[in-house]
Amino acid sequence: MGITLINFAYLVASVLFILGLKGLTHPRTAVRGNTLGALAMLLAVLATLLDQRILSFEYILIGVVVGVLIGVVFAAKIPMTSMPELVAIFNGFGGVASVLVAGAALIQVQDPSHQLTVSTAASGLIGTVTFWGSLVAFFKLMEVIKRLIQFPGQQFFNGLLTLLCIGLGGWLVLEPGQMDAFWIMVCVASLLGVMLVVPIGGADMPVVIAFLNSCSGLAAAATGFVLDNNVLIIAGSLVGASGLILTQIMCKAMNRSLGNVFFGGVGPTPAASGVSDDEVYAGKIKSTSADEVAMLFDTARRVVIVPGYGMAVAQAQHAVRDLADLLEQREIEVEYAIHPVAGRMPGHMNVLLAEAEVSYEKMVEMDRINATFQQTDLALVIGANDVVNPLAREDNSGPIAGMPILDVDKSRTVVVIKRSLSPGFAGIPNPLFAADNSLMFFGSAKEAVLDLVTAVKES
Amino acid sequence: MEVFVAALTVFVLAVFIGFEIITKIPPTLHTPLMSGSNAISGVTLVGALLSAGSEYSALATYLGLAALVFATINAVGGFMVTHRMLSMFKRRD
Repeated sequence: MGITLINFAYLVASVLFILGLKGLTHPRTAVRGNTLGALAMLLAVLATLLDQRILSFEYILIGVVVGVLIGVVFAAKIPMTSMPELVAIFNGFGGVASVLVAGAALIQVQDPSHQLTVSTAASGLIGTVTFWGSLVAFFKLMEVIKRLIQFPGQQFFNGLLTLLCIGLGGWLVLEPGQMDAFWIMVCVASLLGVMLVVPIGGADMPVVIAFLNSCSGLAAAATGFVLDNNVLIIAGSLVGASGLILTQIMCKAMNRSLGNVFFGGVGPTPAASGVSDDEVYAGKIKSTSADEVAMLFDTARRVVIVPGYGMAVAQAQHAVRDLADLLEQREIEVEYAIHPVAGRMPGHMNVLLAEAEVSYEKMVEMDRINATFQQTDLALVIGANDVVNPLAREDNSGPIAGMPILDVDKSRTVVVIKRSLSPGFAGIPNPLFAADNSLMFFGSAKEAVLDLVTAVKES
Repeated sequence: MEVFVAALTVFVLAVFIGFEIITKIPPTLHTPLMSGSNAISGVTLVGALLSAGSEYSALATYLGLAALVFATINAVGGFMVTHRMLSMFKRRD
């Protein structure tokens, strides 16, 4: 009876997880969806505590209390701008937890079945790579690791590590008593996780984080196979599917394949794209001031704001909202154009704007807003570069060729707030800055926007 | 083997449900989706509880305890931070 009841509770929890995710399909129902997910987790935990195999509760109590304390502090203290870091490190925690559970199961089970050994090996490999990969991603996002570490033969080396892991996993399957095989594999997989992510640069982080998100789910699902536990399998595969879809969306938004992100390096050098800075910029850059932009606002009826990573770094989202409020008071229509890979994780810009109390209906996705730039009087680009580079449409050989971009250059006037003419992550010049209808407003995003606010108030 | 096929069936069907639902989630909610689904992957918690609570061997208990701490941080922190984010998404006129 006990087991049946527990499994029934797991079924209810699985359904709640699914309904919870379904709630996330609209901002109106999203909070409720998340609550359902949390309830599902609570139910699964309570049901598990009824399991007869649990004999002592002291370690459980310690573990839960420590985990809850750390989790609550993390969740309450983290600033919205650091959300990519938080998600990265949490991905890693999920991964390592799966590995440890699989390892413990291997110790506890006598005469393990093939299902158990195969899935333990899978969980060990995926979970460990997730943990170390996420840790490296975390330190890259924190800018503790700034250099891209690349060396000749890197792909060959990674391939070798992968084969070694699979070989060690095979050893475990053939000789289930060989606990060493598992732990050696975990060590090799640790190195593999680090090596996979060290060569990847900041702007590719949305893909990496989405992919690791998927992996953390798959590791949990593999652990579900180890324990023959359906709620783990279901919840894990939902997360695996979610991460895979996000990875795919991010790759498409950069016109790159997943393999290219992980193994292709940072892309061609500036010289390879065939256009130099001087050719593009010489004599064509028009610099502007806050007062001049305020005058442009005077005659504008529709303004589109294009936020990029520069806005996040400068924490300028509140200033941007203030500016938009002022413009709306003057009956100017304001919308925000969000490129899928703007920032460091999927949806990064939306969260920052939501924090600054921008209505979600004003954040418009790329395909929809691109149709409106021709009727836009002024596009205000704040700290974005590659995602508005028209070379993506025109030049077929450059590193961003074919990448879908926001067509800001089609609006009547473009004002670009940027610190300098330095290239974006792709390392190529941006002809937008030199276009006839473009004005450069040099400065840090926050100060520049605050200057604009003052200028608009005075005009 | 039957057990494995049954588990595999559940896995494959759940992946399909995942694909169906996630493709309907708007880009504006992609960050909360990541942190929320991330919290869901903390469901390893269930396995961690079983290991930490068994008295089979000290090593298994300690592995379970470590897993329990990591998975609890992941689940509790993940759901809370997602809640914090989602409550900021509002419609204003």
